[in-house]
Amino acid sequence: MGTATETFYSVIRRQGITRRSFHKFCSLTATSLGLGPLAASRIANALETKPRVPVIWMHGLECTCCSESFIRSAHPLVKDAVLSMISLDYDDTIMAAAGHQAEAILDETRAKHKGQYILAVEGNPPLNEGGMFCIDGGKPFVEKLKLMAEDAMAIIAWGACASWGCVQAAKPNPTQATPIDKVITNKPIIKVPGCPPIAEVMTGVVTFITTFGKLPELDRQGRPKMFYSQRIHDKCYRRPHFDAGQFVEEWDDEAARKGYCLYKMGCKGPTTYNACSTVRWNGGVSFPIQSGHGCIGCSEDGFWDKGSFYDRLTTIKQFGIEKNADQIGMAAAGAVGAAVAAHAAVTAVKRLASKREDVDHNS
Amino acid sequence: MMDAIAPGPDTGPDLAALAADASGERAVGRPTVYVYEAPVRICHWVNAFSILVLMVTGYLIGTPLPTVAGEASDNFVMGYIRFAHFAAGQVLAVFFLTRILWAFVGNHHSRQIFYLPVHRKQFWKEVLHEIRWYAFLEREPKMYVGHNPLAQTAMFTGFTLFVAFMIVTGFALYSEGAGIDSWQHKLFGWVFAIWPNSQDVHTWHHLGMWALVVFVMVHIYAAVREDIMSRQSIISSMVSGERQFRD
Repeated sequence: MGTATETFYSVIRRQGITRRSFHKFCSLTATSLGLGPLAASRIANALETKPRVPVIWMHGLECTCCSESFIRSAHPLVKDAVLSMISLDYDDTIMAAAGHQAEAILDETRAKHKGQYILAVEGNPPLNEGGMFCIDGGKPFVEKLKLMAEDAMAIIAWGACASWGCVQAAKPNPTQATPIDKVITNKPIIKVPGCPPIAEVMTGVVTFITTFGKLPELDRQGRPKMFYSQRIHDKCYRRPHFDAGQFVEEWDDEAARKGYCLYKMGCKGPTTYNACSTVRWNGGVSFPIQSGHGCIGCSEDGFWDKGSFYDRLTTIKQFGIEKNADQIGMAAAGAVGAAVAAHAAVTAVKRLASKREDVDHNS
Repeated sequence: MMDAIAPGPDTGPDLAALAADASGERAVGRPTVYVYEAPVRICHWVNAFSILVLMVTGYLIGTPLPTVAGEASDNFVMGYIRFAHFAAGQVLAVFFLTRILWAFVGNHHSRQIFYLPVHRKQFWKEVLHEIRWYAFLEREPKMYVGHNPLAQTAMFTGFTLFVAFMIVTGFALYSEGAGIDSWQHKLFGWVFAIWPNSQDVHTWHHLGMWALVVFVMVHIYAAVREDIMSRQSIISSMVSGERQFRD
């Protein structure tokens, strides 16, 4: 770490690949892509001169589950991502340097790679009490975040914390934990939500940026379209059971053993945008629904505040008691129904009375 | 707009009123006014039917029927229910739009449910009068060719606003399945800028359904009651288009 100007070529040479093999690779790549005869030397030139993207990885209020997920990436292997694809210049959790030495890297990167480095943020800054709930290197984290964001090319908001706020921002949010895009408003921000995000999604985003030198296409919420444009439900392998109307009704019923849809058990798959049902977890081994538990919607905004993980309907707290939309609706309809019936009864009585009056009046 | 008409002699002589049958019994001539034009009536009944289908299927999507037995490939219960919901939703959207367009072309009654003359003092006075009538504080209801001011308020909020809300949130939810490249998402995806978690949009769509249930209950009750009590036709007017004054 520290030598951020290292090019792809020097990394390739460091891994024991000869210059001859390197040129063979460039020619083969140009040929297989159907490019012209000059392309091979241009590829070689690009790899020899293009510096690896410097990345500063910071940690705010978080649990490090994003890092834990990231280091388990299988495709690409995290060692390739960290050691070959990017130049991870600062990550206080896993770096060897510590103390003033470590903090000096931040200033160095800011000076040397102004407007060129990626700021990857895991966790979020608490704003209450001047940010005193998260002190990093003797200063509130929010100050460090703002300082480093100023000269960054773009910001990656890792996980539900940085993207939405997650558990520390759940009601009543005593520390006023705030997602990155509410603090930094003048930089492009890529949200990679999830608690944690899938390892391959994280390295996939990094790979895209280093390969194409630009940010991936984002959706309306600022999430990369390639991983977050569809719901868990859209690609769930249990979806045929949903369409057929076959649901698990109890955790230990026959339907649960048969692997029916978990919709009635409160699965949040139909409202959760993530790649779990396609990319899956731990190198594609499984994902929550495959293990028999519904999705809890961990990559969605405020997923801690939507009531039970085992109910389809959100708990609505504004009515004093915790009710869901159906309970409130039925109560309202019942009350109006009773009012209508009572009104009809009074109307009928009044009408009878006035008729009798008319009869009395006429006779 | 608030064309309250005074019941009584100034409605002019009616030829029918002068006719008599063989036994000398007088036919009763009653003044009628053409209120609801054909497109308004067609929209009314198509919308009513769509909303009924949408409520039933919508509830069953939120709270599905008990599990069906057999292979998944042999059943498509949720699929059919959701198809009916989406189909009825698009029919409702088309006829709601038609209804809006007709407001520009049709007579002035066709515009009544799309605005509230809140700036007019007279309007509020008559709303108050209607509330007093429903609270049994007035002996005689006023007569109106179109909606009375309270009914207009109810139609504007209960129908126009609520249904518009349901159409917008409905298409936004539909766009989740149709994909972010669909026209539904391009037109209605902004809903997710207001509620980033689509679970909230589901919740509001759900509450909107119950609001419409309440509206339908009050709407039908008021129509039946006024048909009997206010001495003018209400229900048959939505079939024939003509409002008859029975006094």
